[in-house]
Amino acid sequence: MSSSAAILAIAVLAVTAMGFFAARWGGANLDNLEQWALGGRSFGTIVSWFLLGGDLYTAYTFIAVPALVYGIGALGFFAVPYATVAYPIALIVLARFWNVARRRGYVTTADFVRDRYGDRTLEVAIAATGVVAAMPYIALQLIGMRAVFAQFGTLGAGGSLPALTVAFVLLGAYTYTSGLRAPAMIAFVKDTLIYVAVIAAVVVIPARLGGWAHIFAVSQARLAQRLHPAAIYLLPSQYFTYATMAFGSALSLFIYPHAITSVLAARSRAVIRRNAALLPVYSLLLGLLALLGYCAVAAGIAVKDANSVVPLLFVRYFPDWFAGVADAAVVIGALVPAAVMCIGAANLFASNVFREFCPERSAVETLVAKLLTLAIAGFALLFIFFVPVPYAIDFQLLGGALMLQIFPAFVLGLWTRWFQPKALLLGWACGLAASCAMAYASGFAPNYTVRAFGGSLTGFIALYGLIVNLLVSTFATLLLRALRLGASIDSTTAGDFA
Amino acid sequence: MRRGWYLLLILPFAGTLIPPLYNRASPTLFGMPFFYWYQLAWVLVTAALLGLVVELTRKDGDV
Repeated sequence: MSSSAAILAIAVLAVTAMGFFAARWGGANLDNLEQWALGGRSFGTIVSWFLLGGDLYTAYTFIAVPALVYGIGALGFFAVPYATVAYPIALIVLARFWNVARRRGYVTTADFVRDRYGDRTLEVAIAATGVVAAMPYIALQLIGMRAVFAQFGTLGAGGSLPALTVAFVLLGAYTYTSGLRAPAMIAFVKDTLIYVAVIAAVVVIPARLGGWAHIFAVSQARLAQRLHPAAIYLLPSQYFTYATMAFGSALSLFIYPHAITSVLAARSRAVIRRNAALLPVYSLLLGLLALLGYCAVAAGIAVKDANSVVPLLFVRYFPDWFAGVADAAVVIGALVPAAVMCIGAANLFASNVFREFCPERSAVETLVAKLLTLAIAGFALLFIFFVPVPYAIDFQLLGGALMLQIFPAFVLGLWTRWFQPKALLLGWACGLAASCAMAYASGFAPNYTVRAFGGSLTGFIALYGLIVNLLVSTFATLLLRALRLGASIDSTTAGDFA
Repeated sequence: MRRGWYLLLILPFAGTLIPPLYNRASPTLFGMPFFYWYQLAWVLVTAALLGLVVELTRKDGDV
């Protein structure tokens, strides 16, 4: 076994031990859903910073963003404005949601939607959207891990599956035992390793390649010669695509169940507000990592699967032991969000689907959530075994488009009860259908070209879907109001939001 | 009106979501084209603006 493989194995075992040990953190009764799933809503600024950073910036981000820049050049850099404008949105939306969730004991977005609109179907629709969008996202964490495991000759691409299975079974076990406290504790290790690895990478690798000026010049020349030419600047026809991808992704980032779960674990509204200002440090890291895509181009790394460019750079430019540290950062970086995603999806099911049969929070509800966490982790693993990687990525893009369709009911619902629940349900359904149709028509690319009035605009499907959703929700609400139909009960009060 | 400070948060959107403003090579910084360092700089500027707005709109009892 090489020293990098040994270091990776030791790191995974060490965080597994931490995951189990986390059950003792705070001495809480983990039969209580808010304790198991939300860490007792007790996390302060620092714990939340590590957890949210560890949760939002997934292994897939660290693997895929550089891969995208490597593959398509400037357009792939949209992740940086995305990870910038997400935080003003987070400050405004999440602080308000945290208030009402704390006041009324919500564990999920669908809990809020149920109270706000008094509509059972809408609640289940919102919950199902979250579960469906989370699944391929968890699968992508596994793809990120596999990109690392596949580097080791002894394992190979096929041999990486047993390693993946072991890592994921361990994840399921400590998440079942410790709940959100496990990824929260492991996030400290993850984030520290990621910072160390990325800072080392951006110090060492560009210097070895002759500096940034040289890297960009070589990248410009090589991207232009590709079979599908790309460039280090945007074409004017890509401006709209770039902006809509950044904006649309930013709108959906914080409504994913894993983001909501970590946000609701915060001790106070001030913790969330402070973190909106502190978390962009991770975005800077993301931006520097994105540039590693050009380092790979300049280094002449030629691969079929662009997802392996980052691990390959580690192998080529780091000593063996440090490549192990960097690989461990990526693998643990996948385990943290995967655990939170499993918990978030399980919460939606336990709280919004199962709860129909059991009106009060109970130990049974917690047990359901725990068992569902295992089921979801298992399902994601099967997904990887049976769904080819390119399809898994397509599902993730589609999942993002689906996720954004809860925006009108959830986010706008935090400010207004103007929309009628049945209208929101119709808008949600039309937004979903439109997103799926556009994704299918574009061959599962993230963007769709709208042709009208003699021109064409290529933009992010999720955002087009949201526009359809908003239009339908608005007109259906006007219609229902004109017909004096669809009245429902709002159980929240203005004071809950303050 | 303290809530007016939130309007500062329009700046990151205006600064980063209009690519023709920054889609060019010069001036470079550490050899990096303007397109790249400009957007990285906005990450820091946005963090600073958020810090400012969070502080200026703090309510009594926020801990």
